[in-house]
Amino acid sequence: MDFLRPDTLAEALTLKAQRPDAVPIAGGTDVMVELNFDHRRPAALLDLTRIAELRSWDADDGTVRIGAGVPYTRIIEELGERLPGLAMASRTVGSPQIRNRGTVGGNLGAASPAGDTHPVLLAAGATVEAASTRGTRLIPATDFYLGVKRHALEPDELITAVRVPATRAPQQFSKVGTRNAMVIAVCSFAVALHPAQNRVGAAVGSAAPTPRRASAAEEFLSAELTSTNQWESPKPLLDSVKRRFGELVAEAASPIDDVRGSAAYRKHALSVLARRTLGWAWQDYSGKVA
Amino acid sequence: MSLTPAELTSAVSGGIGSSPQRPDGNLKVRGEFAYASDLWHEDMIWGATLRSPHPYARIVSIDLTEALQVPGVYAVLTHQDVPGQNRYGLEHKDQPVLAEDVVRYQGEPVALVGADHPETAQRAMKRIKVEYEVLTPVVDMETAVDDTPLHPGGNLVRHVPVRRGDQHAEAEVVVTGRYEVGMQDQAFLGPESGLAVPDEEGGVDLYIATQWLHVDQGQVAAALGRPLEQVRLTLSGVGGAFGGREDLSMQVHACLLALHTGKPTKMVYNREESFYGHVHRHPAVLYYEHGADHTGKLVYVKARIYLDGGAYASSTGAVVANAATLGIGPYDVDNVTVDCWGVYTNNPPCGAMRGFGAVQAGFAYESQMDKLAEALGMDPVDVRIVNAMSEGSVMPTGQVVDSAAPVAQLLKLVKDKPMPPLSTVVDLRDMPGGVSNTTHGEGVVRGVGYAVGIKNICFSEGYDDYSTARVRLQVINGEPAALAHTAAAEVGQGLVTIMQQIVRTELGVERVTILPMDTSIGNGGSTSASRQTYVTGGAVKAACAAVREKLAKLAGGRDPSAVDLVELLGDEVIDETVEWRHRATEPIDPETGQGNAHVQYGFAAHRAVVDVDVELGLVKVVELDCAQDVGKALNPQAVLGQIQGGSAQGLGLAVMEEIQTAGGKVRNPSFTDYLIPTVLDMPPMSIDVLELADPNAPYGVRGVGEPPTISSTPAIVAAIRAATGLALTRVPVRPEHITGT
Repeated sequence: MDFLRPDTLAEALTLKAQRPDAVPIAGGTDVMVELNFDHRRPAALLDLTRIAELRSWDADDGTVRIGAGVPYTRIIEELGERLPGLAMASRTVGSPQIRNRGTVGGNLGAASPAGDTHPVLLAAGATVEAASTRGTRLIPATDFYLGVKRHALEPDELITAVRVPATRAPQQFSKVGTRNAMVIAVCSFAVALHPAQNRVGAAVGSAAPTPRRASAAEEFLSAELTSTNQWESPKPLLDSVKRRFGELVAEAASPIDDVRGSAAYRKHALSVLARRTLGWAWQDYSGKVA
Repeated sequence: MSLTPAELTSAVSGGIGSSPQRPDGNLKVRGEFAYASDLWHEDMIWGATLRSPHPYARIVSIDLTEALQVPGVYAVLTHQDVPGQNRYGLEHKDQPVLAEDVVRYQGEPVALVGADHPETAQRAMKRIKVEYEVLTPVVDMETAVDDTPLHPGGNLVRHVPVRRGDQHAEAEVVVTGRYEVGMQDQAFLGPESGLAVPDEEGGVDLYIATQWLHVDQGQVAAALGRPLEQVRLTLSGVGGAFGGREDLSMQVHACLLALHTGKPTKMVYNREESFYGHVHRHPAVLYYEHGADHTGKLVYVKARIYLDGGAYASSTGAVVANAATLGIGPYDVDNVTVDCWGVYTNNPPCGAMRGFGAVQAGFAYESQMDKLAEALGMDPVDVRIVNAMSEGSVMPTGQVVDSAAPVAQLLKLVKDKPMPPLSTVVDLRDMPGGVSNTTHGEGVVRGVGYAVGIKNICFSEGYDDYSTARVRLQVINGEPAALAHTAAAEVGQGLVTIMQQIVRTELGVERVTILPMDTSIGNGGSTSASRQTYVTGGAVKAACAAVREKLAKLAGGRDPSAVDLVELLGDEVIDETVEWRHRATEPIDPETGQGNAHVQYGFAAHRAVVDVDVELGLVKVVELDCAQDVGKALNPQAVLGQIQGGSAQGLGLAVMEEIQTAGGKVRNPSFTDYLIPTVLDMPPMSIDVLELADPNAPYGVRGVGEPPTISSTPAIVAAIRAATGLALTRVPVRPEHITGT
């Protein structure tokens, strides 16, 4: 196995173009586990940790651009105000040691349906920045996840950043696991209010072959809130609205039975999570508008 | 004439009753402790194990050709290369070192590779071609006895009946239940590791993480076809055991490779392989019927208990006897009918794990006591106290409990503790679901549950259970110094510290060196059954007494306590070795289960307070308080550590820990999916330690490690039942059991 250590992004892209079989590695929290257990033996590893520009974030025009190598710990500590949902999801990743190493870029690269940040990226309307020697393109998160651990990158592309709209509007993330910390998702859910667009984003994780948006739930709730003029003058949400939203979220999922939980449980839990997180987000929003 | 300890101990600190710092503590915290997986030898090679992918299959052929061609490979071995007996086992020699014509569980070792690098070994292993004819596995413990026989004698490993009193007693109130216990794993953090170093004369030195050096030695020597003196074992750094290291893992394998290649051979399992590399706790199905009068007094208890031993016997027989003889719990019952069966299946082999049969029974009988309380409209603690055994009680085996059995007192202690307040501020870390942000209080219901348990301490049923200790006393650099040597395994529980404390107390010498544990001294017995402080502690104490006798002789007519130890010893080296036994036990009658089978009984009680998110089925154990009698706390801090650890392991079984199998295959051999409690799952504990000395035991000690594992699980489940109103008859309780989805 070759271990490629580029110092610059340009160098990294050249290497990736020459060696499309090289597996990028940053925090190593996924890749090293696969290597250690002999589940994977790539011909080459492409170490991205020397590339300074991947380890920074910046914000302009209402968007936060997070370099693919920024660890979860920094997202929690530095971006909690601007990206509340992503910070909440980051907080549920593994242990402190894992959060110090692991990155959103890595979460996207692995594209596991159980990855903790995916539902938030979908609900918040993030885009993935993919670069190659051919140039840079932006892939909406909605188009990024293609199948179990499969994503929309070309073999010569690297994830350089994820762009997430900054917001002061409420977002929530919630994840069910059978342990109170350091647990992989049985299912997860994110909701993001987009009052400027009179819209709600909602997405499920670990409940389908890919993370996916709950489009019918989004449309139902957006229409409900807009038609009752609630964006301008929010009122407590009717229980029936929260329940319907929960049902539609559950319907968006196509989970399986596995060692972590039954399909029926996942659907049930998603409806509960959706109802609760919507309640918290809406209460928060009502407080802000009032 | 002999000296008493008191005459020697005036100015010595760190003796019994204190909590001196452990020699391994700081090293472990800093990550500097050398575990068996850190073993290294110049010029060593690495061993790897090819395991069966099938729970049950006939081996049609094995082709090693390609594996042997891999550069860097020194040896590829099969059962044909086992020079001695290709069978081993703790109770029955039924397990092949390497499979012959049949594999009986997924993960059974089939072949070994020795290579210059672990990677090379892995690559070569994948080139071994094994042709299997897959057979239908036997996986149901309740019907296994009538299913395809997996061993020559059929699928029954052992049946223990216990019969006491009227077998047809009737009662006013009757409750029945069927309970299930899932397969728990010891989940020790240091995976199986060892290093075998061949000598020039056909012998081998094995450095190994184990629980019992001498029983390993005997089994390894038999498999290698070598005399005992050619197979020498030294304990290496052990990262936890909990029963999972009583059986052989790679002991013979590493030695085979070392002797075959003439090279030091290291083997270390990774986490996944570790799940296949050791036995687990027996899953159980238990049927109970309790009959009581209207005051709650038990009239009779009937139980049928099935334990799934998996593919090989391991210690199933002794686990069966425990589940049967302790099967009704710490209660006075005149009429008892218990049957326990341990069976062979093609599930993973099961054997020893902390609590050893008493855990499975404990979940069922304590669930029954709660059911009985409910049927009678009684308080669950009261119904237990009405029936609580005490010193002088008679066990269902007929054995009289002849030392403290403060069952009622333990229950009262946990009941009388103040209740934790309901939290008023939302802190996710205190919520069911924790930092995953699943509730801010929605759906959360609090419940409280109680349980008490009983465990036998030391080996039972007439086993010649002893330990050997050597203590040396001499003057080094003008100071008296002692040295103690045993073969009893320190597995992290703190035996090394206890031995030092005993020598300090007995000889009044502060400087006490503990020699590495190895087979150059006699048998120390197993580090299991909560027995080492009792038995090896007793042996060290007795060796010290022998040393004191020699000291008295040196003193001649003088009053020895008045003479300075340095002066008295001069150039003398006093070196004494003793074998020490606890009082003998008896076998039980095979028809009635009657007999004085056990040495000592230990008791613990728990109160669990839980918050359950009833909509999501998630649980936060808010409090898990315990009261336990330990006879005498030789090291109070270590005692608390044992109670906390045992309680945590019980919590794991209550709400998360299970090896899930399907058709004999393990579905979750990883710490991603086999979950053990974290600091956010395990609450801080309030612990009451009673010290009611057992006059039969050294210093009055009572084994500590296992009792808290027994009562923790049913107390937590009782609390979840109280919060949810659900029956919950299976552990671990999964979210689906609570939500009904």
